[in-house]
Amino acid sequence: MFRQMEAAPGAPPLRVLGGAAAVVLGLALISGGPAASASGLTLHDDLQREVAFARYPQRIVSLLPSLTETVCALGACDRLVATDRYSNWPAQVTALPKTGGLDDAEVEAIIGLKPDLVLISHSQRITERLSELGVASFALNTESYASIGHTVTTVGEILGLSSRAAVLNRQISAAVDGLSAEALARRHGAGPKVYFEVDHAPYAAGAASFIGELLTRLGARNIVPEDLGPFPKLNPEYVVRENPDVIIVAPADAPHLADRPGWDRIRAVKEQRLCYFSPAARDTIERPGPRVAEGMRALFDCLARVAP
Amino acid sequence: MELGTGHHESDASARLGWWLISCLAITVLLTLGSLLIGTSSIETSLGWLLSPDAQSSVVLWQIRLPRSVGAWFAGALLGLAGAIAQGVFRNPLAEPYLLGTASGAALGVTISLIAADASMTGLAWASRLGVTGAAFIGACGATLLTISLSRGVLQTAGLLLAGVVVAFLLGALTQLLLLAKPEIWRSMQTFLFGSTGFISWSSASLLGAVFCLCVVPAILLSRGLDALTLGEDTAQSLGLSLPMLRLTLLGVVSLATATAVGQVGVVGFVGLVAPHLVRETLSVNHRQLLIGAPLCGGALLQAADLASRWVIRPAELPVGAVTACVGGTYLVLLLWRRSRDG
Repeated sequence: MFRQMEAAPGAPPLRVLGGAAAVVLGLALISGGPAASASGLTLHDDLQREVAFARYPQRIVSLLPSLTETVCALGACDRLVATDRYSNWPAQVTALPKTGGLDDAEVEAIIGLKPDLVLISHSQRITERLSELGVASFALNTESYASIGHTVTTVGEILGLSSRAAVLNRQISAAVDGLSAEALARRHGAGPKVYFEVDHAPYAAGAASFIGELLTRLGARNIVPEDLGPFPKLNPEYVVRENPDVIIVAPADAPHLADRPGWDRIRAVKEQRLCYFSPAARDTIERPGPRVAEGMRALFDCLARVAP
Repeated sequence: MELGTGHHESDASARLGWWLISCLAITVLLTLGSLLIGTSSIETSLGWLLSPDAQSSVVLWQIRLPRSVGAWFAGALLGLAGAIAQGVFRNPLAEPYLLGTASGAALGVTISLIAADASMTGLAWASRLGVTGAAFIGACGATLLTISLSRGVLQTAGLLLAGVVVAFLLGALTQLLLLAKPEIWRSMQTFLFGSTGFISWSSASLLGAVFCLCVVPAILLSRGLDALTLGEDTAQSLGLSLPMLRLTLLGVVSLATATAVGQVGVVGFVGLVAPHLVRETLSVNHRQLLIGAPLCGGALLQAADLASRWVIRPAELPVGAVTACVGGTYLVLLLWRRSRDG
């Protein structure tokens, strides 16, 4: 049923694969259903492994919130049997068993759920462990706007929902392009200079990050250029010198910005042009997933309010 | 290094004089350098010094200078704490964090970050304390816990053991809290690697005041530390009150370390290396060591701060990683030289 041919040495022993196949075959017999039909698909995942799918997976464990959201956005939420502890959308996944995070996934709990597919991101250790145990996994790295479309298409293919995936992708890009056009149409001259603080260290979301991509699409100028990497730890002096028009910051840190040495002189602080978001809105901004347009809308609304 | 018995008294004091002068000169140079080194090029910074505008004077005098001065005092506190700890425990590997201070501070910071993030009513006090206050209280709490676990300050082995136990226990608690609240992991990492980025004049003056408060009693008690090197029995036979001596000195270590950790996070190796730097270049008694180690520690952290702002500007290296690299390399060299010289 599932064959996972690895580019790296150490392919799973056949005996284990046979066991897993028997289990899944049994499940397929119980559940029956049209979706259990043959798939015969072979795909390369983002760890450059070749993964063959004999059937469309019916018991999926997702170890990344954006992958959970993608599965559900494709209307296959009922095929999820567990998620990582951070997946919290849509509401129905909160009732599913939680199997830890990506780097501390609870292998025993995952195996116990007898999944026929585990969706993961870069994490060599859990991938190796799962393949040793004969559990199929597929790695998708979703870190940029472009990767959202790729992830939706690939998950759609794996689940046998390619046409739904195409529709979803069209919806996402229409919404994102629409927001982008609206923002640029409102803008006269250069967009506002924006500093997005991920954390008060201060770590910033630079132009190279997913968040940075959204801001750029909204016509904002990120004070952290691409060559500094996605999330650099900045010298705070840099922010003072760049003097951003808008600061996007965690609600808990917003009242204390003026206490930092020299920061009371920053335009965004002086004129209180600050954006902060609820944890739920922040999720949509920080996760490269199918709800990207929602996150972008939240950023758009705030920028329109504080930097009209 | 030679033990100084072969030197004439005047030679030794001349050498000490030169040593102090060069240490102070390095500090002055580093402080001046701190005005030039930041996110701008050195030429730009020079231009600002010559013709400042509103923004550049904020950068120079409200950001760069307090940061450098604060880093010096924090390093000096750690150097002083390290020198005292090595004397009290008669162990060259003793360092400021050996009473569990760092892990206590980390736990305090974790609780305060969780409180700030969740704005839980029961934890509002922790949020109001802020990172620096929570770190200070956590550090003091951990020290008190260590001392009470070892039933006082008299048993060296008991204290060290209790310090290790407290460090592990509080570290585990911190990890458990982090697991429940992974969002604060990045902030914690910053704290655990040390950060001089947000030192303002008020934190620099706090560090300076505590330094003065600590260095005076330490130097007054330096004869006691000299006597301790001859063994506790000898020290007692010289008429010293051991419990009072140890309690006061460990109090100074705790206050110095807790203050430094509160302001700059857990900066490693400065407290361990600074006293060795002094001993390697001077043959000293404790009075000179307690003057020299803060000077060395201060210059070391100041230099590390400059390196952390310069290497990947305008991004920043964690200052604790810089001190660990420099300090670690120095210790290896020292060990290597000692084994070579037999």
